[in-house]
Amino acid sequence: MGTTLLKIEGLTKAYPGVVANDGVGFEVGRGEVHALLGENGAGKSTLVKMIYGLVKPDSGTMTFNGAPYTPAEPRAARLSGVAMVFQHFSLFEALNVAENVALGMENPPPMRDLARRIREISAAYGLPLDPERLVGDLSAGERQRVEIIRCLLQDPKLLIMDEPTSVLTPQEVDILFHTLRKLSSEGTAILYISHKLEEIRSLCDGATILRGGKVVGSCVPREKTARELAEMMVGGEFTTTDRSGRALGATIFEVKALSLPSMSQFGPSLREVSLSLRAGEVLGIGGVAGNGQEELLATLSGEVPSAPGTVKLHGQDISDLGPNDRRRLGLQGAPEERLGHAAVPNMSLTDNALLTGTVRRPLTRKGFLDMTAARLFAEEIIQAFDVRTPGPHVAARALSGGNLQKFVIGREVLQAPEVLIVNQPTWGVDAAAAAAIRQALLDLAAKGAAVIVISQDLDELMEIADRFCALNEGRLSAPRPTEGLTIDEIGLMLGGAHGMAEAAQ
Amino acid sequence: MILGGIDIVTLIATLMAASTPVLLAATGELVAEKSGVLNLGVEGMMIIGAVAGFATAVGTGSPVLGFLGGAIAGALLATLFAVLTQVFLSNQTATGLALTMFGLGLSALFGKGFEGVRPPATGKVPFGPLSEIPGLGRILFSHDWVVYLSLALVVAVWAFLRFTRAGLILRAVGENAEAAHALGYRVIAVRLMALAFGGALAGMGGAYLSLVRVPQWTEGMTAGAGWIALAIVVFASWRAGRVLIGAYLFGGITALQLQLQAAGYAIPVHLLSMAPYVLTIVVLVVLSAIHRRGVQAAPAALGRSFHAST
Repeated sequence: MGTTLLKIEGLTKAYPGVVANDGVGFEVGRGEVHALLGENGAGKSTLVKMIYGLVKPDSGTMTFNGAPYTPAEPRAARLSGVAMVFQHFSLFEALNVAENVALGMENPPPMRDLARRIREISAAYGLPLDPERLVGDLSAGERQRVEIIRCLLQDPKLLIMDEPTSVLTPQEVDILFHTLRKLSSEGTAILYISHKLEEIRSLCDGATILRGGKVVGSCVPREKTARELAEMMVGGEFTTTDRSGRALGATIFEVKALSLPSMSQFGPSLREVSLSLRAGEVLGIGGVAGNGQEELLATLSGEVPSAPGTVKLHGQDISDLGPNDRRRLGLQGAPEERLGHAAVPNMSLTDNALLTGTVRRPLTRKGFLDMTAARLFAEEIIQAFDVRTPGPHVAARALSGGNLQKFVIGREVLQAPEVLIVNQPTWGVDAAAAAAIRQALLDLAAKGAAVIVISQDLDELMEIADRFCALNEGRLSAPRPTEGLTIDEIGLMLGGAHGMAEAAQ
Repeated sequence: MILGGIDIVTLIATLMAASTPVLLAATGELVAEKSGVLNLGVEGMMIIGAVAGFATAVGTGSPVLGFLGGAIAGALLATLFAVLTQVFLSNQTATGLALTMFGLGLSALFGKGFEGVRPPATGKVPFGPLSEIPGLGRILFSHDWVVYLSLALVVAVWAFLRFTRAGLILRAVGENAEAAHALGYRVIAVRLMALAFGGALAGMGGAYLSLVRVPQWTEGMTAGAGWIALAIVVFASWRAGRVLIGAYLFGGITALQLQLQAAGYAIPVHLLSMAPYVLTIVVLVVLSAIHRRGVQAAPAALGRSFHAST
């Protein structure tokens, strides 16, 4: 390691109304795995976008490899030896692996040579990949391999990875780390963004912590506990959730052999999903996104009716009822996509509260909307769930993702459902707010409701769920009690690493 | 060779000429849509091309310059559409429809002075003895240069999209504009070029109508050919080869129904005139239904506005 590869000093970038980065400075050495830590909105993404040439800094200097570095566009960054794997994959589903790789290269060789080099590199780094396959048919882990190989083919000196593990199974994470350590030992520096603290502790040599666009500290992650890191990120004490005080009641919700054809082009179909829930119970459903989570939520909440006898609430068959009829009976859902599915972006919070609230809350009078009651309901949600917004008249799209998520979850929880199904309840929500949402779900269960939490965050499921099932390619595994369940066992339930049992070891 | 009063050789030879306007317009629209932009203004660009090509040819006496003029006029109109939708982010559907109405009105205005005028003739390409081959010579070697150009363009567009790096970038922009932008490609610039190319071909197709097919200028002479070109692109699942099939099918039925009318079949004229439109759409719907992936072959970003948010 030793010498400095990338040095950043006083980097500032302001957007209207917010300073995303304020005088940020840090150094990354050759071959170092350096973590960027911070809550959502701390400015990590803006920072790496500036390093990759996607955003121009207002002021500040960057030095790369001993020379001043001012990339005007990603092309220039790539030429200097900086490569980036994006959080939301920058892949093209309708194109094949080789074409996707070629698009990320400056001077790609002819397709046949490129396919051969992809095979070589993927074998050398233990990332098996067929260059001819359509990206749309690949799993999330395989898609990430495409991105990584695209970067590796250009012999980068610095590899930027933005939340690379959020979509991977534990086994796939192991393989990724194996690859990253190999790269680091060959002298490639890695800038690693994540808020998974245990991962950072096991992988990274150094860390820079950002809060509110400023560097608030740096450390060697191995020497700190995850809790200390979290407190540096949040800048305060950290509360843990309280899951005590729940008594399990009778079985109130049952799903039997539910099958559903795929809803989108590359989406999976649900196959023979069965589960049962007791009052007061929290069931966690884990799995990598795109394995049927959306489909499961849609069919349980009533958006897509299923075959007779497949979904039962209190012993009553509700398979052919729509969402409002199910709400009336006490079953509510909160989908993953906040803008456009859980909430209407251009409507105010009051209107959005009305959209699901009229059935179980007295928000109508003689068939007409009672706007005063609706506004009070919206204010109640804002108050109870600490939604940061000027007021209920604000359009949903003006809220940050985390705040809108709190509003959506609050809207359903405050309607006192008997069965609540949520998909990715804390996705993109910062740690403090996520803890509050989890506590709200546990409190709801303590009052006797049954809760299904679909999430990719295994730590979250371990924290709040009583039982755990894995959803893999539309199949739901048998539930297992979360107590005593190890991460390795969960990984196997999730289907392990797709198509690479031999490399996992 | 005569079947039921229809001369097959003449039929095939005429269908190639009859298909050319739609083939040109559909090939251009294919490229535009592959870049992720839905331009519903094909009809408008065609008719502007028809009047501008006609005026240029009459003014200069050169049909070649006429086609060039038609192409430039179509490309200009497409550039207007591109600036509105790509730079000012207007709605593509509404802007495309407006473009068609604008083109129809503008061409009627400019065309007033050209009614009843005869354009200079576009000669056939001299193939010498080749065109004397019975049957085949008539079918393959008896056309003007635009027919051959349109066929060459289909092959060129197919090869461009399939084998070249620029074609790959164009497809990438049409699949996922955000990702293409993140990789450093200029989404707007690619789309501007694709749209201008589409407009140029539509304009050329229009010029072929007024300079060769009819040949004279009449108001509204495209008569829905632009819409058929749009339908052909969709039902051809955005593939150049199938666009050719669709266009020749349309042209073939157009030529056939004219010959049926001439041969005195007792079929109502209205049904015959309707036939090319109905049958082309029916056949293409059946085709895309057989290839189930065809429906999903649309460029994923088609019709979506792109705005770099960084």
